[in-house]
Amino acid sequence: MQTTRVETMVNFPPIDLTTKIEKIDQTKNRNSPPASSQMSRRQLIQKIVFFFFRGAAWVNGVALLIIIYFMVANGWRAITWTFLTQAPKDSMTKGGILPCIVGTLGLSLGAIIVAFPIGIASAIYLNEYARPGRILRLIRLGINNLAGVPSVVFGLFGLAFFCIYLKMGVSLLAGALTLGAMTLPVIIGASEEALKAVPDTYREASLGLGATKLQTIFRVVLPTALPGILTGGILGISRAAGETAPIMFTAAVFFSPRMPSSVFDEIMALPYHIYVLATAGTEIEATRPLQYGTALVLIALVLGLNLAAILWRARLRKRMQ
Amino acid sequence: MERPLKMVSNHLHFYYGDFEALHDISLEFSENKVTALIGPSGCGKSTYLRCMNRMNDLIAYSRMEGELLLDGEDIYAPSVDVVTIRSRVGMVLQKPNPFPKSIFENIAYGLKVNGVKDKSKIASKVEKSLIRAALWGEVKDRLHDSALGLSGGQQQRLCIARALAVEPEVLLMDEPCSALDPIATQKIEELIHQLKITYTIIIVTHNMQQAARVSDITAFFYMGKLIEVNYTNTLFTRPKLKQTEDYITGRFG
Repeated sequence: MQTTRVETMVNFPPIDLTTKIEKIDQTKNRNSPPASSQMSRRQLIQKIVFFFFRGAAWVNGVALLIIIYFMVANGWRAITWTFLTQAPKDSMTKGGILPCIVGTLGLSLGAIIVAFPIGIASAIYLNEYARPGRILRLIRLGINNLAGVPSVVFGLFGLAFFCIYLKMGVSLLAGALTLGAMTLPVIIGASEEALKAVPDTYREASLGLGATKLQTIFRVVLPTALPGILTGGILGISRAAGETAPIMFTAAVFFSPRMPSSVFDEIMALPYHIYVLATAGTEIEATRPLQYGTALVLIALVLGLNLAAILWRARLRKRMQ
Repeated sequence: MERPLKMVSNHLHFYYGDFEALHDISLEFSENKVTALIGPSGCGKSTYLRCMNRMNDLIAYSRMEGELLLDGEDIYAPSVDVVTIRSRVGMVLQKPNPFPKSIFENIAYGLKVNGVKDKSKIASKVEKSLIRAALWGEVKDRLHDSALGLSGGQQQRLCIARALAVEPEVLLMDEPCSALDPIATQKIEELIHQLKITYTIIIVTHNMQQAARVSDITAFFYMGKLIEVNYTNTLFTRPKLKQTEDYITGRFG
């Protein structure tokens, strides 16, 4: 039973091509609906397959909508002016999350400052200067593997290297460096893609006019690639901004009575705050609304960052056209 | 008819890896003449053109042997600055390739990278170049619009203007009209006639009529070899070799 069905699925019955063409001609001429059962069978298969493709694509959007709906439905009540502008109170069962917002923004900004220059410079080297060879392959291998390192390993590395070895302690700086290191492969990847998309004829035109390679890169190649670099980079940063593992050893603390005043201060951060409230708080059940509220703020921050990246790209592209 | 030689290649060989793309090319280019390089696709004429402003330097695993002289000086000598060579030998490619910048910025680019800072000087150079490239009238009211909004023919003239702005001595053109319609082609050809008063022009073309219309001298390339070179009139009316005759009469290629 099973086998026969599979067979009919796989082996199409032989088709007489000439009669089929005639049939198509006829249907065209007479303007009648296509009647051939063989044709409709192929179209049916096509429809089914396309239906699955379309469904697969829709899953993405639906998943995002469900997550956002879930967060908003559970968290919107917690979002008040006090919540956004005050520090936590009463063992974090009341009050707001301002220090966490500031901390996460600080970390993101720091990661951008660390990762963008290094990432873009590496991508320029790899794409514009490096001669293909063993060293280039080795560097690429390194970057690809860096991208695969779990975030908690980055956290431990940050703790060992930045906090302890370089004596930065648990601080905004150590956290930003760790997040920056974690984001580097993403930024390098995005930058390389953007640089590759710049047509070689631009480079030739520029060099042909007597520009040096450096002038060509800074005046033609980078401006053209910038929209792609920025979007890819910011998407990478916003991904990192929501990470808990890399900052829990390096930058974030359970509770800080004051706002950070320098990069060497320890900070509170949104993802770690959620983690703390949900697992180690004094009253896990009672602070549920605060947890959802914090999550909602985090997701809004990340989506806001992404939206800003997309709008920025659109503006840059428009200016170029 | 004798004019000083602007560029000379002596026994030039060019290799992509192990493949010899050009075999022993010796050719002379007189000042203020238009030389057309013709031949079927893959015969090496574009490669040869790209040797002349050292654009082939960019290709990994390629190498050149022989000499290429500009005003008697070997442009491949180790002491020569490739950037200077490229500002003396301008290039216009097959497909118009304006930068994604404004019309003005496209032309000012070459000046700026060569160190011109004076704004009024740049502005007047931009205007002059656009006038020379017969584009000024069409774009003077929208100099700060994107160059990508121009038509293909206008873009190509923009690229010519861009090349002219840095005042090269030699202008290399690699099938400058192959992506253009007949009217735009005619404009570019008229332009070439104008430009040869000041420049030495070397043009690669697939179009035999175009070679006949615009050039003084024509060189026929086949399979990486220079087959025949002569005054254009002579080459097209009384080719010495059967191979040349077959090509220009359309029997092969």
